[in-house]
Amino acid sequence: MTTFVQQLVNGISLGSIYALIALGYTMVYGVIKLINFAHGDVFMVGAFVAYFAYTGLHLGFIGSLIVSMAACALLGVLIERFAYRPLRQSTRIAALITAIGVSLFLENAGIIAVGAQARGYPDMLPGSPFQVGGVTISTKQVEIILLAVLLMVLLQFIVHRTKIGKAMRAVAFDQDAARMMGIDVDRTISYTFAIGSALAAAAGVVYGAYYSAVDPLMGIMPGLKAFIAAVVGGIGIIPGAMVGGLVLGLIETAVQSFGFSLWRDAAAFALLILILLVKPEGLFGRHAREKV
Amino acid sequence: MLRIRDLHVYYGVIHALKGVSLEVERGEIVTLIGANGAGKTTLLRTISGLVPPRSGEIEFEGRSIFRTPARDIVRLGVSQVPEGRRVFATMSVQENLELGAFLRRDKSGVAEDLEKVYTRFPRLRERRRQLAGTLSGGEQQMLAIGRALMARPRLLLLDEPSMGLSPILVQEIFRIIREINEAGTTILLVEQNAHMALSVSHRAYVLETGRITLSGPSSELAKSEEVKKAYLGG
Repeated sequence: MTTFVQQLVNGISLGSIYALIALGYTMVYGVIKLINFAHGDVFMVGAFVAYFAYTGLHLGFIGSLIVSMAACALLGVLIERFAYRPLRQSTRIAALITAIGVSLFLENAGIIAVGAQARGYPDMLPGSPFQVGGVTISTKQVEIILLAVLLMVLLQFIVHRTKIGKAMRAVAFDQDAARMMGIDVDRTISYTFAIGSALAAAAGVVYGAYYSAVDPLMGIMPGLKAFIAAVVGGIGIIPGAMVGGLVLGLIETAVQSFGFSLWRDAAAFALLILILLVKPEGLFGRHAREKV
Repeated sequence: MLRIRDLHVYYGVIHALKGVSLEVERGEIVTLIGANGAGKTTLLRTISGLVPPRSGEIEFEGRSIFRTPARDIVRLGVSQVPEGRRVFATMSVQENLELGAFLRRDKSGVAEDLEKVYTRFPRLRERRRQLAGTLSGGEQQMLAIGRALMARPRLLLLDEPSMGLSPILVQEIFRIIREINEAGTTILLVEQNAHMALSVSHRAYVLETGRITLSGPSSELAKSEEVKKAYLGG
């Protein structure tokens, strides 16, 4: 029982990291129907920005987190502006290939800038483990989960209650109709990238703090995993990304706790294949209706 | 109020509008009739700034709106009810109406107009919390009209408002169009239902494959042999 609760907490904290990254994938897909494969690398940049803000500028956890989210929001806007926007009228495959190009660019730029070597991440999330009814829970995990919940609540608020959120939903549904309302579609897309990238940055910071190491290629695997999470939940659907992330985190942790650590990644991809076979529109998705 | 002169629009290599000239005066209902593919929707989309014109002139209240961004055209007072209604199906009725007022900052005015729309369309008030996609075709058309009115337009562009509606609802929609016009909004109406369109409008233009071929008071066009033959079923 105690191991079960322990693993449950592990699964939820890993899942909330995936969920934070998956949100950016799904929001961008929802608005411009692009799988932004550079998203995992934005996550990496987020981890590094916070690393330097923490170790170099001594901004503390909250300060480093905010600086990192702001920097990645800007990075996301720039990527969209210079890499994707010129291809808005091109085929989707052109934008997809460009996304892979941006991903490789960020990874290699990262290697040039900070070296390929992994480096130790500062212990930004302090606090000792505590016991609840015989179960040892690390404060870090609780903090990760709380931060993820806080950011998701904030995101829900932005998407449903603010003007920019309503514009994002309108653009996601019908760009032309949104234009007729006077919505600035380009600006709305920029905001979407900014918000998604800021969430990825937050995920990068807690990921670094949790696993205590960062390197320029650290975004590849979590990026793929988050992509799986987004597809599992239903790409383009925000609650789907949250649930998909949690499901994936729990499954990976379960596989690991049964002693099959080496099968962890395989389990994630098996989940992707399974969902594509059984319910390709995702857990929260509905069959795409053809427009008349 | 709206003056278009020698407007040329291309879709890629297709020459969709070949020198269209048209005028709408304040307070009028002007209708544009024509067959499928004549360019009626293209013309409305060009006025709204959704399609960039190649050459010509478009003026609204004396200001050129040639290649002006769509949002600035809405801001100047031109709203469109698009073909096929295009309500935001995944959002509530009220959210759809609020999006119609996206550019407005006068909160009390927006609240006032929301009330007016709900008074004009009591069905929408009943369903304000419902997702727009769950409404019937007629209700969606009313929502699309209400949404456009939320921008407080001086010129309202209506693209095929009767499409896909039952005869009773068509009557209802045209009654509403007349009411909106009587309340002071100028209307440019595109319709397949030439009979209804000519009966509700003051003046009319006939568009054929990108060119205006006939124009005049609606009552006269309704009597013209060519119009009768081509658009009124003999």
